Amino acid sequence: MSNDRKIDIEDVNGVTVVRLLEKKILDESNIEALGQELFALVDVDGRRKVVLEFKVVEYLSSAALGKLITLNQKMSAAKGKLVLCCIQKEILEVFMITQLHRILTICDDLDQALDQF
Amino acid sequence: MSSPTHFALQIPSVMSEGLRVQERICELMEALSYTARDVFAMRLSLEEALTNAIRHGNKLSEEKVVSVDCDVTENRVCVRISDQGDGFDPFCLPDPTQPEFIERPGGRGVMLMQTYLNQCEYSDSGRTVTMVRERNSPLPIVPE
Repeated sequence: MSNDRKIDIEDVNGVTVVRLLEKKILDESNIEALGQELFALVDVDGRRKVVLEFKVVEYLSSAALGKLITLNQKMSAAKGKLVLCCIQKEILEVFMITQLHRILTICDDLDQALDQF
Repeated sequence: MSSPTHFALQIPSVMSEGLRVQERICELMEALSYTARDVFAMRLSLEEALTNAIRHGNKLSEEKVVSVDCDVTENRVCVRISDQGDGFDPFCLPDPTQPEFIERPGGRGVMLMQTYLNQCEYSDSGRTVTMVRERNSPLPIVPE
Protein backbone atom coordinates (compact mmCIF):
# COMPACT_ATOMS: atom_id res chain seq x y z
CA MET A 1 0.00 0.00 0.00
CA SER A 2 1.27 3.46 -0.87
CA ASN A 3 2.25 5.89 1.89
CA ASP A 4 1.25 8.85 -0.23
CA ARG A 5 -1.45 10.93 1.35
CA LYS A 6 -4.75 10.76 -0.47
CA ILE A 7 -6.19 13.91 1.09
CA ASP A 8 -5.27 17.44 2.12
CA ILE A 9 -6.96 18.95 5.17
CA GLU A 10 -7.73 22.60 5.97
CA ASP A 11 -9.74 24.10 8.79
CA VAL A 12 -12.16 26.83 7.66
CA ASN A 13 -14.10 28.46 10.51
CA GLY A 14 -14.50 25.21 12.40
CA VAL A 15 -15.29 23.13 9.32
CA THR A 16 -12.80 20.56 8.07
CA VAL A 17 -12.30 20.96 4.33
CA VAL A 18 -10.88 17.75 2.89
CA ARG A 19 -9.45 17.97 -0.61
CA LEU A 20 -9.15 14.70 -2.50
CA LEU A 21 -5.75 14.67 -4.22
CA GLU A 22 -6.06 11.73 -6.62
CA LYS A 23 -7.39 12.19 -10.14
CA LYS A 24 -8.38 8.56 -10.40
CA ILE A 25 -9.97 6.87 -7.40
CA LEU A 26 -10.04 3.46 -9.01
CA ASP A 27 -7.65 0.80 -7.90
CA GLU A 28 -8.37 -1.09 -4.74
CA SER A 29 -5.25 -0.28 -2.73
CA ASN A 30 -5.76 3.44 -3.33
CA ILE A 31 -9.40 3.23 -2.35
CA GLU A 32 -8.58 1.29 0.80
CA ALA A 33 -5.95 3.86 1.78
CA LEU A 34 -8.34 6.72 1.06
CA GLY A 35 -11.05 5.06 3.14
CA GLN A 36 -8.69 4.70 6.12
CA GLU A 37 -7.73 8.38 5.94
CA LEU A 38 -11.34 9.50 5.65
CA PHE A 39 -12.64 7.25 8.43
CA ALA A 40 -9.86 8.48 10.75
CA LEU A 41 -11.25 12.00 10.43
CA VAL A 42 -14.34 10.84 12.32
CA ASP A 43 -13.10 7.88 14.36
CA VAL A 44 -9.69 9.20 15.46
CA ASP A 45 -9.74 12.99 15.08
CA GLY A 46 -13.35 13.35 16.16
CA ARG A 47 -14.23 15.79 13.38
CA ARG A 48 -17.96 16.39 13.02
CA LYS A 49 -18.20 19.03 10.26
CA VAL A 50 -16.55 17.85 7.07
CA VAL A 51 -16.60 19.10 3.49
CA LEU A 52 -15.18 16.75 0.86
CA GLU A 53 -13.89 18.63 -2.19
CA PHE A 54 -13.75 16.65 -5.46
CA LYS A 55 -12.25 19.35 -7.69
CA VAL A 56 -9.42 17.23 -9.14
CA VAL A 57 -11.26 13.90 -9.26
CA GLU A 58 -11.79 12.65 -12.81
CA TYR A 59 -12.67 9.00 -12.20
CA LEU A 60 -14.05 6.95 -9.37
CA SER A 61 -15.34 3.40 -9.08
CA SER A 62 -18.23 1.85 -7.20
CA ALA A 63 -15.77 0.75 -4.50
CA ALA A 64 -14.99 4.43 -3.87
CA LEU A 65 -18.71 5.17 -3.65
CA GLY A 66 -18.88 2.50 -0.96
CA LYS A 67 -16.29 4.35 1.14
CA LEU A 68 -18.28 7.59 0.84
CA ILE A 69 -21.45 5.84 1.97
CA THR A 70 -19.65 4.35 4.96
CA LEU A 71 -18.11 7.74 5.82
CA ASN A 72 -21.54 9.36 5.65
CA GLN A 73 -22.95 6.67 7.94
CA LYS A 74 -20.11 7.13 10.42
CA MET A 75 -20.65 10.90 10.40
CA SER A 76 -24.40 10.56 10.91
CA ALA A 77 -23.89 8.09 13.76
CA ALA A 78 -21.56 10.62 15.40
CA LYS A 79 -24.20 13.34 14.88
CA GLY A 80 -21.92 15.14 12.48
CA LYS A 81 -22.41 16.31 8.92
CA LEU A 82 -20.67 15.47 5.65
CA VAL A 83 -21.01 17.67 2.55
CA LEU A 84 -19.55 16.92 -0.90
CA CYS A 85 -18.69 19.72 -3.33
CA CYS A 86 -16.95 20.73 -6.58
CA ILE A 87 -17.82 17.47 -8.34
CA GLN A 88 -17.05 17.29 -12.07
CA LYS A 89 -19.99 16.65 -14.39
CA GLU A 90 -19.07 13.06 -15.28
CA ILE A 91 -18.64 12.13 -11.61
CA LEU A 92 -21.87 13.90 -10.66
CA GLU A 93 -23.64 11.71 -13.20
CA VAL A 94 -22.36 8.63 -11.38
CA PHE A 95 -23.93 9.93 -8.16
CA MET A 96 -27.21 10.57 -9.97
CA ILE A 97 -27.30 7.20 -11.75
CA THR A 98 -26.75 5.42 -8.45
CA GLN A 99 -29.22 7.82 -6.77
CA LEU A 100 -26.66 8.55 -4.08
CA HIS A 101 -27.39 12.28 -4.43
CA ARG A 102 -30.53 11.44 -2.41
CA ILE A 103 -28.63 10.31 0.67
CA LEU A 104 -25.50 12.47 0.36
CA THR A 105 -25.44 16.27 0.62
CA ILE A 106 -23.88 17.62 -2.59
CA CYS A 107 -23.12 21.29 -3.31
CA ASP A 108 -21.83 23.01 -6.45
CA ASP A 109 -18.93 24.85 -4.81
CA LEU A 110 -17.03 25.25 -1.55
CA ASP A 111 -18.86 28.41 -0.43
CA GLN A 112 -22.19 26.68 -0.81
CA ALA A 113 -20.84 23.66 1.08
CA LEU A 114 -19.61 25.81 3.99
CA ASP A 115 -23.03 27.48 4.16
CA GLN A 116 -24.50 24.07 5.09
CA PHE A 117 -23.02 24.38 8.60
CA MET B 1 -5.60 8.20 -36.91
CA SER B 2 -4.28 4.84 -35.64
CA SER B 3 -5.42 1.52 -37.07
CA PRO B 4 -7.98 -0.66 -35.27
CA THR B 5 -6.52 -3.03 -32.73
CA HIS B 6 -7.30 -6.45 -31.38
CA PHE B 7 -5.56 -8.29 -28.58
CA ALA B 8 -6.22 -11.27 -26.35
CA LEU B 9 -4.36 -12.15 -23.18
CA GLN B 10 -4.55 -13.83 -19.83
CA ILE B 11 -3.63 -12.07 -16.60
CA PRO B 12 -3.10 -13.41 -13.08
CA SER B 13 -5.76 -12.62 -10.49
CA VAL B 14 -4.00 -9.49 -9.25
CA MET B 15 -5.70 -6.09 -9.16
CA SER B 16 -2.66 -4.22 -10.50
CA GLU B 17 -2.71 -6.43 -13.62
CA GLY B 18 -6.33 -5.50 -14.18
CA LEU B 19 -5.40 -1.85 -13.96
CA ARG B 20 -2.73 -2.32 -16.65
CA VAL B 21 -5.27 -3.87 -19.01
CA GLN B 22 -7.65 -1.04 -18.29
CA GLU B 23 -4.96 1.53 -19.13
CA ARG B 24 -4.02 -0.30 -22.34
CA ILE B 25 -7.60 -0.30 -23.64
CA CYS B 26 -8.18 3.35 -22.72
CA GLU B 27 -4.95 4.31 -24.51
CA LEU B 28 -6.11 2.47 -27.62
CA MET B 29 -9.40 4.38 -27.49
CA GLU B 30 -7.58 7.69 -27.12
CA ALA B 31 -5.32 6.79 -30.04
CA LEU B 32 -8.45 6.35 -32.14
CA SER B 33 -9.77 9.73 -30.93
CA TYR B 34 -12.69 8.41 -28.92
CA THR B 35 -14.30 11.18 -26.85
CA ALA B 36 -13.49 11.70 -23.19
CA ARG B 37 -17.06 10.61 -22.45
CA ASP B 38 -16.56 7.30 -24.27
CA VAL B 39 -13.24 6.69 -22.50
CA PHE B 40 -14.78 7.57 -19.12
CA ALA B 41 -17.59 5.07 -19.71
CA MET B 42 -15.26 2.27 -20.76
CA ARG B 43 -12.73 2.94 -17.99
CA LEU B 44 -15.46 2.84 -15.37
CA SER B 45 -16.92 -0.36 -16.86
CA LEU B 46 -13.53 -2.05 -17.16
CA GLU B 47 -12.71 -1.25 -13.55
CA GLU B 48 -15.96 -2.83 -12.39
CA ALA B 49 -15.71 -5.88 -14.66
CA LEU B 50 -12.06 -6.60 -13.88
CA THR B 51 -12.63 -6.14 -10.14
CA ASN B 52 -15.56 -8.53 -10.34
CA ALA B 53 -13.49 -11.11 -12.25
CA ILE B 54 -10.32 -10.87 -10.17
CA ARG B 55 -11.72 -10.33 -6.69
CA HIS B 56 -15.22 -11.81 -6.70
CA GLY B 57 -14.84 -14.42 -9.46
CA ASN B 58 -11.33 -15.79 -9.00
CA LYS B 59 -11.12 -14.59 -5.38
CA LEU B 60 -7.53 -13.39 -5.97
CA SER B 61 -6.43 -17.03 -6.44
CA GLU B 62 -2.89 -17.45 -7.79
CA GLU B 63 -4.07 -20.58 -9.60
CA LYS B 64 -6.70 -18.79 -11.64
CA VAL B 65 -6.42 -16.37 -14.53
CA VAL B 66 -8.65 -13.77 -16.13
CA SER B 67 -8.96 -13.84 -19.92
CA VAL B 68 -9.37 -10.58 -21.81
CA ASP B 69 -10.28 -10.29 -25.47
CA CYS B 70 -10.36 -6.73 -26.77
CA ASP B 71 -11.35 -5.29 -30.12
CA VAL B 72 -11.02 -1.54 -30.61
CA THR B 73 -12.28 -0.40 -34.01
CA GLU B 74 -13.23 2.95 -35.51
CA ASN B 75 -16.84 2.62 -34.41
CA ARG B 76 -16.91 0.55 -31.26
CA VAL B 77 -14.97 -1.07 -28.47
CA CYS B 78 -15.77 -4.67 -27.59
CA VAL B 79 -14.16 -6.32 -24.56
CA ARG B 80 -14.86 -9.83 -23.30
CA ILE B 81 -13.65 -10.70 -19.81
CA SER B 82 -13.78 -14.24 -18.39
CA ASP B 83 -12.88 -15.57 -14.96
CA GLN B 84 -12.56 -19.09 -13.56
CA GLY B 85 -14.76 -18.64 -10.52
CA ASP B 86 -18.13 -20.12 -9.53
CA GLY B 87 -20.11 -17.64 -11.62
CA PHE B 88 -23.23 -15.77 -10.49
CA ASP B 89 -26.71 -14.92 -11.70
CA PRO B 90 -26.69 -11.29 -12.88
CA PHE B 91 -30.49 -11.28 -12.91
CA CYS B 92 -30.63 -11.93 -9.16
CA LEU B 93 -28.76 -8.81 -8.11
CA PRO B 94 -30.83 -6.38 -6.03
CA ASP B 95 -31.47 -2.89 -7.42
CA PRO B 96 -28.96 -0.72 -5.50
CA THR B 97 -31.10 2.40 -5.97
CA GLN B 98 -33.99 0.95 -3.94
CA PRO B 99 -34.36 2.36 -0.39
CA GLU B 100 -33.58 -0.96 1.30
CA PHE B 101 -30.27 -1.30 -0.58
CA ILE B 102 -29.10 2.26 -1.23
CA GLU B 103 -27.10 2.50 2.02
CA ARG B 104 -25.13 -0.65 1.21
CA PRO B 105 -21.46 0.09 0.45
CA GLY B 106 -21.34 -2.42 -2.44
CA GLY B 107 -23.46 -3.83 -5.24
CA ARG B 108 -23.35 -1.01 -7.81
CA GLY B 109 -20.77 -2.30 -10.28
CA VAL B 110 -22.99 -4.28 -12.64
CA MET B 111 -25.66 -1.57 -12.60
CA LEU B 112 -23.07 1.05 -13.58
CA MET B 113 -21.75 -1.13 -16.41
CA GLN B 114 -25.26 -1.67 -17.76
CA THR B 115 -25.89 2.07 -17.65
CA TYR B 116 -22.68 3.15 -19.42
CA LEU B 117 -22.44 0.41 -22.06
CA ASN B 118 -24.39 -0.24 -25.25
CA GLN B 119 -24.08 -3.94 -24.51
CA CYS B 120 -23.31 -5.68 -21.23
CA GLU B 121 -24.13 -9.36 -21.44
CA TYR B 122 -23.18 -12.21 -19.17
CA SER B 123 -22.67 -15.79 -20.35
CA ASP B 124 -21.13 -19.04 -19.05
CA SER B 125 -23.17 -18.77 -15.81
CA GLY B 126 -21.85 -15.26 -15.10
CA ARG B 127 -18.15 -16.07 -15.64
CA THR B 128 -17.93 -14.11 -18.87
CA VAL B 129 -19.08 -10.58 -19.56
CA THR B 130 -19.14 -9.04 -23.03
CA MET B 131 -19.03 -5.26 -23.03
CA VAL B 132 -19.58 -2.94 -25.99
CA ARG B 133 -19.33 0.83 -26.09
CA GLU B 134 -20.12 2.47 -29.43
CA ARG B 135 -18.37 5.66 -30.50
CA ASN B 136 -20.26 8.80 -29.42
CA SER B 137 -22.83 6.76 -27.55
CA PRO B 138 -25.42 8.97 -25.79
CA LEU B 139 -25.20 6.72 -22.73
CA PRO B 140 -25.54 7.07 -19.84
CA ILE B 141 -29.09 8.38 -19.62
CA VAL B 142 -28.99 10.25 -16.34
CA PRO B 143 -32.19 10.24 -14.24
CA GLU B 144 -33.49 13.55 -12.89
